Amino acid sequence: MSSQDIPEENLPAEQDDHGAHGAVTVADEKNPFADPGLPPHEHRMQDIDERAAKRSERTVAFLFTLSMLATVGFIASFVTIPVDESVYIFPLGHISALNFALGMTLGVSLFAIGAAAVHWARTLMSDVEIADERHPIEASPEVKAKVMADFRDGAKESALGRRKLIRTTMFGALALFPLSGVVLLRDLGPLPEDKLRHTLWAKGKLLVNMNTNEPLRPSDVAVGSLTFAKPEGLEEHDHDFQTEIAKAALMIVRIQPENIKDKRELEWSHEGIVAYSKICTHVGCPISLYEQQTHHVLCPCHQSTFDLSDGARVIFGPAGHALPQLRIGVNDEGYLEALGDFEEPVGPAFWERG
Amino acid sequence: MKKLSARRRHPLAALVVLLLALACTGGLYAAFAPASKAQADETAQSLAIEEGKKLYAVGCASCHGTGGQGSSDGPSLVGVGAAAVDFQVGTGRMPAATSQGAQVPRKKVVYTQAEIDQLAAYISSLGAGPNIPTEAEYGPEGADIAKGGELFRTNCAQCHNFTGKGGALTRGKFAPTIEDVDPKHIYEAMQTGPQNMPSFPDTTLSEQNKKDIIAYLNAVNGDETESPGGLELGGLGPVSEGLFGWIFGLGGLIAVAVWVAARTAKAKKS
Repeated sequence: MSSQDIPEENLPAEQDDHGAHGAVTVADEKNPFADPGLPPHEHRMQDIDERAAKRSERTVAFLFTLSMLATVGFIASFVTIPVDESVYIFPLGHISALNFALGMTLGVSLFAIGAAAVHWARTLMSDVEIADERHPIEASPEVKAKVMADFRDGAKESALGRRKLIRTTMFGALALFPLSGVVLLRDLGPLPEDKLRHTLWAKGKLLVNMNTNEPLRPSDVAVGSLTFAKPEGLEEHDHDFQTEIAKAALMIVRIQPENIKDKRELEWSHEGIVAYSKICTHVGCPISLYEQQTHHVLCPCHQSTFDLSDGARVIFGPAGHALPQLRIGVNDEGYLEALGDFEEPVGPAFWERG
Repeated sequence: MKKLSARRRHPLAALVVLLLALACTGGLYAAFAPASKAQADETAQSLAIEEGKKLYAVGCASCHGTGGQGSSDGPSLVGVGAAAVDFQVGTGRMPAATSQGAQVPRKKVVYTQAEIDQLAAYISSLGAGPNIPTEAEYGPEGADIAKGGELFRTNCAQCHNFTGKGGALTRGKFAPTIEDVDPKHIYEAMQTGPQNMPSFPDTTLSEQNKKDIIAYLNAVNGDETESPGGLELGGLGPVSEGLFGWIFGLGGLIAVAVWVAARTAKAKKS
């Protein structure tokens, strides 16, 4: 239906009376520009044609009904579809039937509510433009005077100024009360003390292969290989395994001794076998993207790169200091052992690290 | 016995004796056959080495040196073993187009498996190294998929991502995806550590460990693998998923909002 065949009798009477309404100022010496006010209101098809309004009403009702059906469908799928059922849906591939059904029904039910609300507001709710004038927010002098008088009366009647004992104890009670909240903050502790400075590594602890759970011998570690080790005595089912391995995780590589540039690194190694902390010194990601030809280790989180042939020096990225090296040797039975704990705290820096 | 001696003058006796003698000789031959077969194998082996040497001289010697000693364009191949050759040539990485560039990518295989075996035979004759694994070593029988997943996350996931989809390394290098890679080649890669990948020798990652890892990769990347979550978006984790959400999810919402606002509800279209 075009605007030409709108029945005359349906046109609201007030349309032509107002024309541009809301104009508040006219041009004068102070304001050379007249406020044109709002443009004339234009009607929607639904305002002038009851059939169109009915159509919109049906559309909105349909969308709400669709949403209801989708919600019922959601509950039905939740109840009836087994968790492990799989269906093939192009282009998603083999997908969980339950996931798909829940997602689709939930999406449709929520989208239909939104679409119905938007369609309702745009086609049926009043769209007449309204000018709402601003007013000063300051209270009138009478109201202000009344409030001040009431306050003075109240202060006088409570006798706060005269009964000093009540006033003082009240201030004391109010001042002390927040202390309970402050004291509760103690539960954020206890402070870590020196836990961040020590790991499970100690003199004589064997380097145990994470894969086989067997202590490592120097001959096990080939040049160019990468091995992860944990300290002897730490088992995966220990209650503190995660806490301890998060600090003690060790990465073992073997570099030809003549390729090791750092003198201390060579001293702390055993025939080119070097053991470094696996925890990045930036924010503590496990880091072991080892390139065996360049001896670079890359952190996957922020691309800090360490050179394992040069004391694990930082050569790129945000890490602040080199990876801590574990001093290792070989015991009487020919197994690799630690010759002490790390010399410095492993992992990211902290305030008191120094 | 009596019967037998009674017939010793029979005209066919000589023939019977002859047949018996022949059977004896045959039995004796059979008893000693393995030795001879080994000898035959050795001949075949040396023949393979000969053939491999010829192939090597044509295809590899320009970079790796005439005797596998290496040059400025390619590393020494002494002691890398047959497994390394089977991996590098069998995945098309070798022969490389150039020794420049960040790393040599996987490409079309140019040698047949028979030729690769000959090359491998020649290279392993230069110095002992890991052998090509057998089906029994990398096959699915007796593998623990869950243990394999654990081992993969400990040893491999840092570079190859949680389900082996690959990831970036420094300066243009990358850990390639392990999807669609022959289990034999996965095994060889762990054993020999090609290019910048560290090796995981049997002394630190046992044969059973390697078998478990391969079984895990087959479980998460095989043809039968299901994806309960729907579109994998490359399986690369939160980055691709977040990008998809921002572009298509948020983009879709903006498009709908623009579409709604751009259409006027007025009867008179202006």
